[in-house]
Amino acid sequence: MLWACVLLPHLALDGVLRRRPSCDAPLALVSGSAQTRTLFAVNTPARAAGLYRGQRLTAAQALLSQFETVEYDPAATEHWHRLLAAWAYRYSSEVVVFPHAIVLEVSKSLGLFGPWPRFEAQLREDLTALGFRHRIALAPGAQAAYVLAGVHDGLAVMTPDALQRALAPIALRYARLPDGAGTSLPAMGIRTLGQLLRLPRDGLQRRFGASLLAYLDRLSGVAPELMEAYRPPDTFELRMEWTHEIEHVEALMFPLRRLIGDLATYLAGRDGGVQRFVLELEHRSTAPTRVVVGLLAAEREAAWLFECARGRLERQQLPQPVVAMRVIARELPPFVPAGRDLFDTRPANAMPLDQLRERLRARLGERAIQHLRRTIDPRPEYAQTTADDTRLPEAMTETLPRPTWLLDRPIPLHGPSPTILAGPERLETGWWDGGDLRRDYYVVRTSQGQCAWVFCPPGEPGRWMLHGWFA
Amino acid sequence: MGNVVALASMLEGRQVWRGRAAHAPTGDQPTGWPTLDEALPSGGWPEASLTEILLPADGVGELQLLLPTLARCTQAGQAVVVIAPPYMPYAPGWEARGVVMSRVDIVSADPRDVLWAAEQCLRSGSCAAVLAWPTQADDRALRRLQVAADTGKALAFVFRDRRHAAQASPAALRLELETQPTLQLRVRKCRGGNAPSRPVALPAGWS
Repeated sequence: MLWACVLLPHLALDGVLRRRPSCDAPLALVSGSAQTRTLFAVNTPARAAGLYRGQRLTAAQALLSQFETVEYDPAATEHWHRLLAAWAYRYSSEVVVFPHAIVLEVSKSLGLFGPWPRFEAQLREDLTALGFRHRIALAPGAQAAYVLAGVHDGLAVMTPDALQRALAPIALRYARLPDGAGTSLPAMGIRTLGQLLRLPRDGLQRRFGASLLAYLDRLSGVAPELMEAYRPPDTFELRMEWTHEIEHVEALMFPLRRLIGDLATYLAGRDGGVQRFVLELEHRSTAPTRVVVGLLAAEREAAWLFECARGRLERQQLPQPVVAMRVIARELPPFVPAGRDLFDTRPANAMPLDQLRERLRARLGERAIQHLRRTIDPRPEYAQTTADDTRLPEAMTETLPRPTWLLDRPIPLHGPSPTILAGPERLETGWWDGGDLRRDYYVVRTSQGQCAWVFCPPGEPGRWMLHGWFA
Repeated sequence: MGNVVALASMLEGRQVWRGRAAHAPTGDQPTGWPTLDEALPSGGWPEASLTEILLPADGVGELQLLLPTLARCTQAGQAVVVIAPPYMPYAPGWEARGVVMSRVDIVSADPRDVLWAAEQCLRSGSCAAVLAWPTQADDRALRRLQVAADTGKALAFVFRDRRHAAQASPAALRLELETQPTLQLRVRKCRGGNAPSRPVALPAGWS
């Protein structure tokens, strides 16, 4: 077993920073009650100005006149942690969530993702794209990898012997010892993990209890580690909130791209797709605007999902400025990649027909594309339908003339009296559903030379109603 | 000297205009009307390019002209897109002429989106033929469609009013439908040859 630990030292701050375009303004996360406001985390420009974690807000304001403060939100941090666990699930089936870290078992993944240096580079590339600073270490045990990542970035230890050598010089305060042993042991002159591991076990048990020994056994790989593996959730929901109001749809595009990117990350980790998701735009006083993005087939590519969502969002009228946006995806069907013919004769830049339909629907509306199907009803108004679920009649060919254009509703035919070319054809039906009609249909040529499909009440030729064109 | 270009290939590609009409090759995109195929220099629709059809009014026989082509494409399993038609297509009438309606996508679009939708469909390369009824289209818009049809290797048909006949057009083929004295077709422009001076008669659309 080989475990890779991805340590996220700035999880809360990165979760805030990644939502806004990069800027060099100082920013600090603030926590605590109204009387004792303290800084929870500071970004690099703020640290350069002398702010540090744990500082009182009043002291910070005395140092730096202007810096942005964001309220620290433990729930949001927890959320980012879960998202990154879902990301790690893409690379390994065994993912464990540690405080400020994610540990994944990689010995089986190395066969697929290449040797460790290449795999590590891949992990780092993904994390950088997601906007999270990180430290990565590899060790034969999960706990050991967690400890090593806290001390060295990029250390890879493959064998138990090398692990002993790597753990020995680590100072005890970095060893993440349980129950405060890390503070009392240095007072006894024990400063490194190597010294601690060489101490007699019975004495340690008497002084610190069984928990320290059990921890040391897990750390050095003597005892098995029991951990609860991460399981990805079945739905995806992500919310993004701003301190200011956004009035224009264009300004929503940057956060939308981030949200959709996170959705795609989650889907890739789950090896699933999404067919329907909802963008919820929250306003200050009115009910949220819901934009439903429905796709014809399950998709998971970030750029494509973003394009579909953008097309629908751009047509949206905002009743009020937007203060928060949420992406909700509840139906996550399995993703089936579209099959392509090896000897495809179409041009290289071709787009599959389904993607073309998605693109048209995104801009022109959900119901912009229709397919006409015949029904068995002889009445012209009901002889075709755009619904998909109707049963097709058996193939029947019309022997009587039928036009190629049909008017939505018949209109009186004005002008000089037309020449009758064919007819009459009596249609008398529909008494059972209230759409009763009794008409004599004729094919006529108008004075302008068009062939028209007209009807009149039986026995009253001359009162022509135009119903279609033989175009 | 630049590149050496074989003269025969240029002549066969109909890129060189020649005063004397050459022997018409049989086209890969027959119109379904033998008399029209004979009149056109490419022996059918110009491949991967734009055809502009000028009408005195809607419903004079423009579909009659195209339905054999649409029937051939849809029966071969290719997709056909109809963008912003002036009336609702009537499936029994289309099917009576052999069109497979399940392969025909009918797209309803705003007047300002018609050209965009047509370009997208042509460029995608997944449609065999695209029929569009733009309300405002200048020669730049038509040139975009011509380029898109060339990119996506599709047949593009644009229907416009007859009063646009005086404007220059980048379309590879321009046809004008006339209803007097009978339904007939006048070739206004065709790439790669002289436009025939006599109109081509078409049978009336109702039979």
